[in-house]
Amino acid sequence: MTTTTLPRPDTAAGDRPEPVLSVRDLRTAFKTSHGIVRAVSGVSLDVYPGECLGVVGESGSGKSVTFASVMGLVKKPGWVEDGEILYRGRDLTRLSDRELRALRGKDIAMTMQDALTALNPALTVGEQILEVLRAHADDLPRGRAGRAEARRRAVEMLDLVGIPSPADRLNEYPHQFSGGMRQRIMIAIALACRPRLLIADEPTTALDVTIQAQVLELIADIRARLGMSVVLITHDLGVVAEHCDRVVVMYAGQVVETGPTRAVISDPKHPYTQGLLDSIPRLSDLSHPIRPIQGQVPELIDLPPECRFIGRCPKRTPDCRTGIDMRPAGPGRAARCILVGEETEA
Amino acid sequence: MTLGKFIERLAQLVPVLLGVSLIVFLMMSLTPGDPVEIMLGDQHVTPEQEQALRHDLGLDRPPHERFLVFIGNALQGDFGTSFYHRRPVGEVIAERLPATIELTLVAMILALVTAIPLGVLAAVKKSTIFDKASTVGSLLGVSMPHFWFGILLLMLFAVHLHWLPVAGRIDYEYQVEPITHLLLVDSLLRGNIAAFGNALSHIILPALTLGLAMGAILMRVTRTSMLEVMRADYVRFAEAKGLARHRILFRHALKNALIPTVTVAALETGTLLGGNMIVETIFGWPGLGRLVVESIFQRNYPLVQAAVLFYAVTYVMLNFLADILYTILNPRVKL
Ligand SMILES: Nc1ncnc2c1ncn2[C@@H]1O[C@H](COP(=O)(O)OP(=O)(O)O)[C@@H](O)[C@H]1O
Ligand SMILES: [Mg+2]
Repeated sequence: MTTTTLPRPDTAAGDRPEPVLSVRDLRTAFKTSHGIVRAVSGVSLDVYPGECLGVVGESGSGKSVTFASVMGLVKKPGWVEDGEILYRGRDLTRLSDRELRALRGKDIAMTMQDALTALNPALTVGEQILEVLRAHADDLPRGRAGRAEARRRAVEMLDLVGIPSPADRLNEYPHQFSGGMRQRIMIAIALACRPRLLIADEPTTALDVTIQAQVLELIADIRARLGMSVVLITHDLGVVAEHCDRVVVMYAGQVVETGPTRAVISDPKHPYTQGLLDSIPRLSDLSHPIRPIQGQVPELIDLPPECRFIGRCPKRTPDCRTGIDMRPAGPGRAARCILVGEETEA
Repeated sequence: MTLGKFIERLAQLVPVLLGVSLIVFLMMSLTPGDPVEIMLGDQHVTPEQEQALRHDLGLDRPPHERFLVFIGNALQGDFGTSFYHRRPVGEVIAERLPATIELTLVAMILALVTAIPLGVLAAVKKSTIFDKASTVGSLLGVSMPHFWFGILLLMLFAVHLHWLPVAGRIDYEYQVEPITHLLLVDSLLRGNIAAFGNALSHIILPALTLGLAMGAILMRVTRTSMLEVMRADYVRFAEAKGLARHRILFRHALKNALIPTVTVAALETGTLLGGNMIVETIFGWPGLGRLVVESIFQRNYPLVQAAVLFYAVTYVMLNFLADILYTILNPRVKL
């Protein structure tokens, strides 16, 4: 097994608290008619208290499946084959359904990739936010007082995410709100129970640019206020550069590079990270050519042990045919590329 | 918009009703058999007397004239006189209608209360033995002819086991003063539990027979839409919120999955009208369906014409109702 123990990112950065979430060698697979798709193969990552971790990679690189596994939401024909998911020291893969349900939405919350379809069209917005409060808020008094208190919290939450006159709009259905407003409502629902960890799966993909910026600001603002950790899943390194403390770059079901955002972006160690950087437009230099990475993510069925980026890599060597583990690449950094070691030697 | 749509529907009815009238008229005229001969039966009458009767019934005129007269009268709300009953057709139909409505409602309720839970269960237990068995069962239910299933039930529960009565709506010794003309409702309203039980025992077999196909269809619809809805993003999000399983299933999934079920149920009720004729005949149910069948054998032209028009109007209205229900259940579609 090619298990890698990641170097603790904090070794150089001084004392860091225990991670809120620690994923170790996670493997998640799906049974399909073509064979077994290894959507996540050996992912390890940490999320520290109060930080924003960016998880970036092209579509199909396994970002959503990784965090669906964390939430215990992988459904047949998929399953978590192996690995540990430690939330504040408890291994979530060993919890019962009931214990997981108690955590979901309360300790760890998630927003879905598409806000337009994540809200139930047949239920009012008020019901959809109140139900999560009722499911988790053990401190709510029983009966009438409890209902009033839940309602007060729902209105407060909708107000926090910037819905105008929220109390009047509790009885409205999702279709009566704009796309950006629905995104905010979904965030309000996710944050209703004040989770320690918010997983935001591509929170901006479905939105236009100005609203994108607003939603990201909103998440950053609430993170600061509530002191929670955020995992920001995106395929846009630009978003990561602006909002995340650290970044995990994923490719074809694996982590290929990780480190502090600024360091990774100014000096990417993996050719895939470099490729992602080259493919985003630069506002500072509009003449800079945008070069999308050529080729496609390989099919995740029966992959050979070689480097998964080999088919698209401009720097490939014959040595890339052997499997490559994550290698330390500077303070708090690691990358899955044989060039990493050679570079430092050279 | 609702009112406009309603008027539009009513306007659509006109060509439908004209067409249906013409087809029924042609079919009745073309089928062999003379109403006068049937009415007279073995009685010996003179040709003059026979001619007088024919004139009386308006049957001495040429067919196209009879059709125009019928349409003209119908437009004024006069559907003619039943040859057999010698009373206005509307009156005769109105008498028989409550029995049919009652049977249809009970069949529908039986279909819904069995189909929805079974459909949900089949979806939740997808690909298990239960799911496969229910698939086979519903296929049988859809394809089994009414008359065959009805006779089967009749033979078993009425003839062999004597658990349930063979025919009719209620036994003669029970008297229920009508309020709604639905026996089950009236007997309850009057507090006559014995009559209620008797009426219930009469309606079970015909309602089962009538509701079988509808239940089978509704089960499939519920299963399919549940499966679709359970894959929806909002169900995944509901799971991510840590809601209880029953809440996700019944509040988030079923509420959406029922939209097609209820719509199809309204449409299928129109189909039940056709089934009524067969089922009412098998079980001697004194409703409109059996009246129509009898009237066809009697060549009772005015009654058949009026009853078929009534069916057509009901069918179109049920379609309209399906639209309205769809709108009510689905907040995305604005009224
Ligand atoms: N339900 C599923 N059935 C089969 N394969 C799946 C399923 N869900 C995800 N996958 C596979 O997992 C891979 C990673 O998907 P995903 O995590 O959604 O990518 P990302 O979120 O990075 O765009 C996809 O390429 C897909 O082949
Ligand atoms: Mg995704």
